[in-house]
Amino acid sequence: MAQNFVLNVSDVNKSFGGLQALTNINLQIEEGKTHAVIGPNGAGKSTLLNTVIGRLAPDTGSVLFDGVNLTGKTAHQINQLGVARVFQTPEIFLDLTVLQNIEIAALAKRDGAFSFKPFRSMFSETKIQQEAVDMLDDMGLHHLRDHPAANLSRGDKRRLEIAMCLIQHPRLLLLDEPTAGMARHDTNRTIDLLQRIKARGMTKVIIEHDMHVVFSLADWISVLAQGAIIAEGTPEDIKGNPKVQEAYLGGTEV
Amino acid sequence: MASITHFNPSTPKRDLAVMGIFALVVLTAPIWATPIGANYPDLLQRFAIFGIFAIGYNLLFGLTGYLSFGHAAFLGVGSYAAVWIFKLLTMNAILAVAFGMLVAAVFAVAIGYVALRRAGIYFAILTLAFAQMSYRLAYSVLTPITNGETGLTLDGNDPRVIDALFGGGGEGIPNPSLFGLELTGYAAFYFCAVVLILAFWVSLKIFRSPFGLKLLAIKSNQTRMRFTGYNTRPYVLTVFVISGMYAGLAGSLMAVTDPLAGAERMVWTASGEVVLMTILGGAGTLVGPMLGAVLIKYAENIFSAVNDSQLADLFGFLPEPVTDLMVGVASLFVGEGWHLTLGLLFMAIVIFLPGGMMEGLYRIGGAIRRRRAGGRAADNSAVTQPSE
Repeated sequence: MAQNFVLNVSDVNKSFGGLQALTNINLQIEEGKTHAVIGPNGAGKSTLLNTVIGRLAPDTGSVLFDGVNLTGKTAHQINQLGVARVFQTPEIFLDLTVLQNIEIAALAKRDGAFSFKPFRSMFSETKIQQEAVDMLDDMGLHHLRDHPAANLSRGDKRRLEIAMCLIQHPRLLLLDEPTAGMARHDTNRTIDLLQRIKARGMTKVIIEHDMHVVFSLADWISVLAQGAIIAEGTPEDIKGNPKVQEAYLGGTEV
Repeated sequence: MASITHFNPSTPKRDLAVMGIFALVVLTAPIWATPIGANYPDLLQRFAIFGIFAIGYNLLFGLTGYLSFGHAAFLGVGSYAAVWIFKLLTMNAILAVAFGMLVAAVFAVAIGYVALRRAGIYFAILTLAFAQMSYRLAYSVLTPITNGETGLTLDGNDPRVIDALFGGGGEGIPNPSLFGLELTGYAAFYFCAVVLILAFWVSLKIFRSPFGLKLLAIKSNQTRMRFTGYNTRPYVLTVFVISGMYAGLAGSLMAVTDPLAGAERMVWTASGEVVLMTILGGAGTLVGPMLGAVLIKYAENIFSAVNDSQLADLFGFLPEPVTDLMVGVASLFVGEGWHLTLGLLFMAIVIFLPGGMMEGLYRIGGAIRRRRAGGRAADNSAVTQPSE
């Protein structure tokens, strides 16, 4: 029955001391879909994400990616399995150029977790370079290719980070509040970008509390409140769900 | 701009030019060192050996940002290993150097494996602790190998099995050699110079390799590196071992140019010195550490040789009480006290040129270019900073 579920979170519980952060979480993420997890602050969104990527071990339950249990795996192992992650604050290589940032990501896909070829030259990595340049073109970052990533605007840093994930052709892309701290203009550009890459059939999980972002992107929404999933459904279902309005939207119309 | 991006505008052609100029400058050292009074093999050798040490240290510190404070341990180990080859097997320098690097590598694997479980200050302290342990052990438990305070020296009765086999090993203590060529005086310098050029070439290759780029990325953001799919620890361990081998190479060359080894080469101030050389020249740049090594060894040579009577001559034109005062003050900074001068120099560089001497050279180069361009296109220089 679970053939086309890329990610299968079942019966996950997690508590910190006396605080029950996650209660019996079950999530099935369908292949090729954009699945949003929303919820008010403190609902357990970040804790959930951290258990998925192996940063936190769940007390009970399992997290299966493509049939492989992710609990106990390290960050690089999970990435090499095909899970890429975008952080709340863009995590990029600030001291390197934009092009180098992308090249590093492309090399990880090709070379694996470790490779030592000290006499190979970056000058002869023309295939990697071409791939990276194409990606920059695609992302509208080409004019910045030789600039240190530190000089980029917040929105461009986010685009760069997404580009670094995309060049690895992950099966699952995790986005943690991809528009957090962005001006409206940058938020809209980022939504455009995410809508564009939606067409590529990559499975995405978005953690977000900006409704505008969620409703313009998600195929399916899970609502998290106080560590438990209180509702699931299409954006239309969620918009009309009174339980959600009460817990999350505070009763106002969207 | 403070952030120098090391890979930026380099091209294969440029690198070839850098390599050629470097080799030329090293090989012609006896000529250009004449006006500054450094044209004798003993000092030139020291430039080359400490250059190798600093170039290797820079591979670790400059690329990954991991600050090791125990690299002198590898230097000392390399010296001991080389001298043992001279004693037991042969006076051929190649074997001594190879063995020195091998033993240093084994040491670096062991120390790196433990120390790299931590980063930042904890890593520095762990390496310092290991180096000091090695230093103390060389004086105590390991005396049969290190010959304690006397140091390990050659002896007329040493077996030198391989040399004996080929009917060599006449009377007295022979000099290290390279297939029959005795490595003394300028021959020894040129041996070190060729090794230095090779060491620089390897460093250049590593800087330009995907491996080197990944190391820079580790320095920049280790979290992103992990989430991009890299297992970072083996990367840092590998370059730690390479860097330890460079130190072992430098140590064995010290033994080649002067066949003895003592534990004082492993003391913590020696570890600190290579950090100073690298930062003074410009950490993370290709030739900076070499410049730093030459500057420190040259300054040491000049300042540590000055004595009070020379100072008295220098200030002799002043009235006698003033002369006495000046000599009193100045003597703090020379002779034994030359480290005080070094400290001041270091502070000045770190405060005014955080990128080291290389940053100074860039600024001068940038100013000249701006003047030539008449102020136009001045902003471009920030982006196209060269990486040497």
